Amino acid sequence: MTATTSRATTLLDKIWNRHVVRAATDVTPAIVYVDLHLVHEVTSPQAFSDLRRRGVRVRCPGRTFATTDHSTPTTPRDHSGRLVVIDAQAATQLDELERNCSEFGIPLYGTDSSRQGIVHVIGPELGLTRPGMTIVCGDSHTSTHGAFGALAFGIGTSEVAHVLATQCILQRKPKTMEIHIDGTVPRGVSAKDIILAVIAKIGIGGGTGSVFEYTGSAIRALGMEARMTVCNMSIEGGARAGMIAPDDTTIEYISGREFAPTGAAWDAAVSEWRGMRSDPGARHDSSVTLDARTLKPMITYGTNPAMAMAIDGRVPDPESIYDRNERATLTHALNYMGVQPGQRLIGTPVDVVFLGSCTNSRISDLREAAGLLRGHKVKEGLRMLVVPGSRAVKRAAEAEGLDRIFREAGAEWRESGCSMCIAMNGDQLAPGKLAVSTSNRNFEGRQGPGSRTMLASPITAVAAAITGTITDLRTLLPN
Amino acid sequence: MEPIISITSHYFAIPADNVDTDQIIPARFLKVTDKEGLGALAFYDRRYVVDGSPDPAFPINAPAAAGAEILVTGHNFGCGSSREHAPWALLGAGVRAVISSGFADIFRNNALKNGLLPVTVPPVVLRRLTQAWDTCIASGNERTDRLTIDVPSQTLTIDANTSLVFPLEAFEKHCLLAGVDQLDFLLGATDDINAFEAIS
Repeated sequence: MTATTSRATTLLDKIWNRHVVRAATDVTPAIVYVDLHLVHEVTSPQAFSDLRRRGVRVRCPGRTFATTDHSTPTTPRDHSGRLVVIDAQAATQLDELERNCSEFGIPLYGTDSSRQGIVHVIGPELGLTRPGMTIVCGDSHTSTHGAFGALAFGIGTSEVAHVLATQCILQRKPKTMEIHIDGTVPRGVSAKDIILAVIAKIGIGGGTGSVFEYTGSAIRALGMEARMTVCNMSIEGGARAGMIAPDDTTIEYISGREFAPTGAAWDAAVSEWRGMRSDPGARHDSSVTLDARTLKPMITYGTNPAMAMAIDGRVPDPESIYDRNERATLTHALNYMGVQPGQRLIGTPVDVVFLGSCTNSRISDLREAAGLLRGHKVKEGLRMLVVPGSRAVKRAAEAEGLDRIFREAGAEWRESGCSMCIAMNGDQLAPGKLAVSTSNRNFEGRQGPGSRTMLASPITAVAAAITGTITDLRTLLPN
Repeated sequence: MEPIISITSHYFAIPADNVDTDQIIPARFLKVTDKEGLGALAFYDRRYVVDGSPDPAFPINAPAAAGAEILVTGHNFGCGSSREHAPWALLGAGVRAVISSGFADIFRNNALKNGLLPVTVPPVVLRRLTQAWDTCIASGNERTDRLTIDVPSQTLTIDANTSLVFPLEAFEKHCLLAGVDQLDFLLGATDDINAFEAIS
């Protein structure tokens, strides 16, 4: 070795080192610069109040972008094209974001904007999300943006105020866990199945303290939107962030988007992005390996995303678990879900199918879902909601005629937002009802008090919509 | 933020792993634009039955939980969303410290910024505390023995013979003891931030 050889560094090291404003000491955490701060109506009002109370301005309004998604209605617009908010508290929250953005000079893509959408859908869509960036938002699914080789993580409202006021955040450098997946996935297996399999393997808290870096040929083979699905659910494995090194797929996706650099700046950016990857031999703190060839369509049976299994599998038996707390947790979860130890889920009647959320509401998700639904009807008595992730996704889907496929099958074609993933805008499941949902959390009451959620891919959700029961979508595929 | 030096209180226990933020404060209550009034909504869907009356089987409703400032709970507490409403709701419900064998990253961060003390203990200690709670409920005792959490020495004292050290970073400890708001600390670094922006 020559003396010029430097230590092999990880993708996280590279991004981290470029953003340290003041290094950590034994006593204080590092001060880390934030390139992009995304803001929405739910986790920001108290932060703006804090700034107002202190008489502090937003330091970088140009690095801050706001939208409305969580408490935003997805019911049809009125004759003047406006959304109808019937919930007074939600209306106040939406108004307050508008007032805050106008007072502090922050661009807002609100309910009347053609760019409105779920914060983790519009960031990438507008070209705001780019490799090598640090990105934060008061939302745990900010991990989505890591699909571009950015360090992106969710923060609380106090930290939203920190970033608004100083464009910085206090952090200890996280550990990294490499999640290496090689091989070609079998037919019927999509990005959602990959990430559910990962979480089932490492457990809901398995990534605590870490950032995941997804590597391997199965990850490289994914398109950008599928990569976003994978990174989106990193938090469900306890990791605040998930990342995938940028490559041609990434660069091609960003090219030509509204906020993407152009001309010489684009060339400079691309050459910089090419270096945004872990060096050969770079050391991760831990690693997990999966073989994509062994994966099957997945479904959750319990009340957290790690309680997931192959669609043709059997629900585990709590009696087989040694640890008392874990056994009690699983027993409680199965009771809540109304499923029996050892049973298969295939054939279980389903009440609602929800296609949407920051996990699976992009145009490729809608295309895959519509592709399977075409020529079928939604089972009588079952309600299917299709909620595009943004107004741009909605327009694109309508231009392709996807909305017609959903509508003619009997599904509801709605306005964009978080909708029934978090059920705070009125789109909620009745107590005891079972939904197959393409969202990210199956926690108790997540989709409404007493609601029961099974997480799955868009095509597994469509299969349930067609048959009215939990179904192995592979049985519906043409030979 | 008020300085936090020491907490002495009886406790209540929710002996389940992975208590997520949707359980701590359901999403439909996140439409508030301030931090007030969330205490009565903490654990809402677990705490109340459908008609809105308290579910006597849920620990926070047990007479022994009245006035308890410490919650003892299972592994990976606070997993899920980044909502700071979770610590706001717990504080509003009178909880000042949570003892668990592990916390989700974002929850722990949010808790410390609001002076809610996360105390990480080994699983064996957690088991002892939850068993003592179970015994307390089963025998109809008025309340559990009192615990003392001392921030300067980072110790949890269970009884005269049992006390253990829990992890706390120097900066976290300093902020708790001095009641430092971390935003003040960041605003104090403005020169460094200016310099960073000038060269990047």
